[in-house]
Amino acid sequence: MAAIATLKDLYETLSPGLPGAGAAGLDRLRADGYARFLSDGVPTPKVEGWKYTNLRDLAGVSLAPAQTTAANTDIELPSVAPGKTHRLVFVDGVFNAALSAVGTLPRGVTLDSLRDLIESSPATAAEVLERFPAPKADTGLRVGPNPGRGQSGGLVGLNGAFLAEGAVLTVGEGVTLAQPVEIVFVAAAADGTWHPRLLIDVAAGAEVTVAEHHVARGGGATFANIVSGVRVAEGATLRHAKFQEEAETALHLASVTATVAASATYETFILTTGGRLARTDVQVRLEGSGASTRVSGAYGVDGSRHADFTSLIDHVSPNCTSREVVKGVIDGRGKAVFQGKIIVRPDAQKTDGHQLNRALLLSDTAEIDAKPELEIYADDVKCSHGATAGELDEEALFYLRARGIPADTARALLIAAFLDEVAGEIGDAALRAYATARIQDRIGRLTGITVDAVDAAVEE
Amino acid sequence: MLEIKNLHATVDGKEILKGINLTINPGEVHAIMGPNGSGKSTLSYVLSGRDGYEVTEGSVTFQGKDLLAMEAEERAAEGVFLAFQYPVEIPGVSNTTFLKTALNAVRKHKGLPELDAMQFLKLIRAKAKALNMNDDMIKRAVNVGFSGGEKKRNDILQMAMLEPSFAILDETDSGLDIDALKLVADGVNSLRSAERSMLVITHYQRLLSYIVPDHVHVLAYGKIVRSGGKELALELEAKGYAEFGSPEAA
Ligand SMILES: Nc1ncnc2c1ncn2[C@@H]1O[C@H](COP(=O)(O)OP(=O)(O)OP(=O)(O)O)[C@@H](O)[C@H]1O
Ligand SMILES: [Mg+2]
Repeated sequence: MAAIATLKDLYETLSPGLPGAGAAGLDRLRADGYARFLSDGVPTPKVEGWKYTNLRDLAGVSLAPAQTTAANTDIELPSVAPGKTHRLVFVDGVFNAALSAVGTLPRGVTLDSLRDLIESSPATAAEVLERFPAPKADTGLRVGPNPGRGQSGGLVGLNGAFLAEGAVLTVGEGVTLAQPVEIVFVAAAADGTWHPRLLIDVAAGAEVTVAEHHVARGGGATFANIVSGVRVAEGATLRHAKFQEEAETALHLASVTATVAASATYETFILTTGGRLARTDVQVRLEGSGASTRVSGAYGVDGSRHADFTSLIDHVSPNCTSREVVKGVIDGRGKAVFQGKIIVRPDAQKTDGHQLNRALLLSDTAEIDAKPELEIYADDVKCSHGATAGELDEEALFYLRARGIPADTARALLIAAFLDEVAGEIGDAALRAYATARIQDRIGRLTGITVDAVDAAVEE
Repeated sequence: MLEIKNLHATVDGKEILKGINLTINPGEVHAIMGPNGSGKSTLSYVLSGRDGYEVTEGSVTFQGKDLLAMEAEERAAEGVFLAFQYPVEIPGVSNTTFLKTALNAVRKHKGLPELDAMQFLKLIRAKAKALNMNDDMIKRAVNVGFSGGEKKRNDILQMAMLEPSFAILDETDSGLDIDALKLVADGVNSLRSAERSMLVITHYQRLLSYIVPDHVHVLAYGKIVRSGGKELALELEAKGYAEFGSPEAA
């Protein structure tokens, strides 16, 4: 608990210097966060939901945010459509106005750095922050011995204690934002901690695409603890992709809480290829009739790295659909965790819920812990889930080699083919192409082979 | 071209090939017939280098080189081709990506320049057309959702692209309709040349009336028990394999 004692000092020292300190709303939000962290703490494997992911590595990391940012503006930024997006850039967790570029936004759309918003109007900022639901330690309707605790509560609290950095996107009623919004986190320092808050509020009938990048440009053993709130109002569509490609020494913990109203759609894709330990917790509540969500993920871990994909899809209302496809490749002594729960509440008749989780194990020491769960309380529903873990198909490998393709290239082709299905889940063409390219890049680094696909050219 | 001497091979510890001797000269087409389970596919896998088939005795020399010492992909690059009895489905890998990767690997091995996407597509379209395969089929994932006959045609398309010097066709005729059989046979015949040899495994004389062999062999219970000319196929069709004994006798 030494870390917590130090954190108390840091919290007390840093708080007065945070933007909006002294404004009632923000002070309270931060105090609540700090209190929640004190009560829930850093999750341990004893907590349901953290059984397979051990945060012992956090012991050696400062939990308080970095106070400095590199002045460097000569940073190559990732982009799903270079020059054609609105972007906010954060270097070592701190908003960097010089690297950011927000074009002319349609009426009804705002895109701000949280720090700017707080500084210009702490009351508005507090109001916006409170609009978003906090992730719950939701274990469904079965009340366990400790229902209120666990999940990511302590980490969300920690994020709240130091609320300052982040991004806020609001899209007004009926507006379609043609250009994607990109939120880019660049790790440039050897270490450092950040607790950004990302808030996306899409009003009724609006439509927007958001790409989130987490990359290292010189960065090392950094710790990112990201909390995202997403609201998709009636009939609106949000396509949200996250590309987590940090250094192999980074720690990355994220929790996304989304509410989806009637006839609205939330599509999220999460690529996890960086970090010594990376976990994303996604909670989607389908609150209105006819809401739908697609949650998909691809990950790759090797060495002794660890990736965790945890999701909770909560069918609250009738006629909602959810589709989740998560696939990953594990090599070396890498380890992956998939926890996917679908809850269908008593009112959620005519639910269509589908979940698929597949892992490809490339070594004898690769490991996957998969825990799919269906909790169904309605009777007229269609729900399915499937989980597989296996090696590369020997027959396919021989077929490729029998045509002259060297064994390592054949393996790279089959790994790419395995992950191809997940990229295919992405509805937006630009996001899909970018995801495919990033997956190929990662496979290239894993196998040393770059496969030159010709599919696109055939279209001509 | 190919010289197989006293070849013995086991699968999972069970001896399947029990001393095969076979010499195939450049330009020759040999047919192998024989009862189910006699080891025909096993021979094709041993020649093409599939893992899990252990050669316990004997040798195979291909164009003067020790074939058995090579990896599967090396054999393919050297000009050995196997049209599979059961072509494999590979979801997520398109036919075009697969074949371009294969063709360029083989061309590289031969010291030829690699083809770019446009050159490749031009070539594959021409070859596919001859086999009555449309653009959609060449774009799709390898053999996924292909009918049995379409898979066989796809294998022959691969052969036409790779232009091997020695091709093994393992029951390529099974599952083909009458028109497709003719197309495939035409495809195979167009590859026949003084330098190219073939080993055609089949159960039916019909294929051999299209692809006329120079020699016909009967493989029964792991051994070649009889060899003859093309008329042997007709005789087998009439009499069956009874005279070659039963597994116990082998
Ligand atoms: N993995 C294995 N373990 C044990 N026996 C095997 C294995 N694979 C093949 N065999 C056996 O080897 C024998 C030869 O099989 P092979 O497939 O070579 O026959 P074939 O002559 O091609 O038959 P068909 O005409 O039916 O295609 C069969 O008895 C088969 O059961
Ligand atoms: Mg066979």
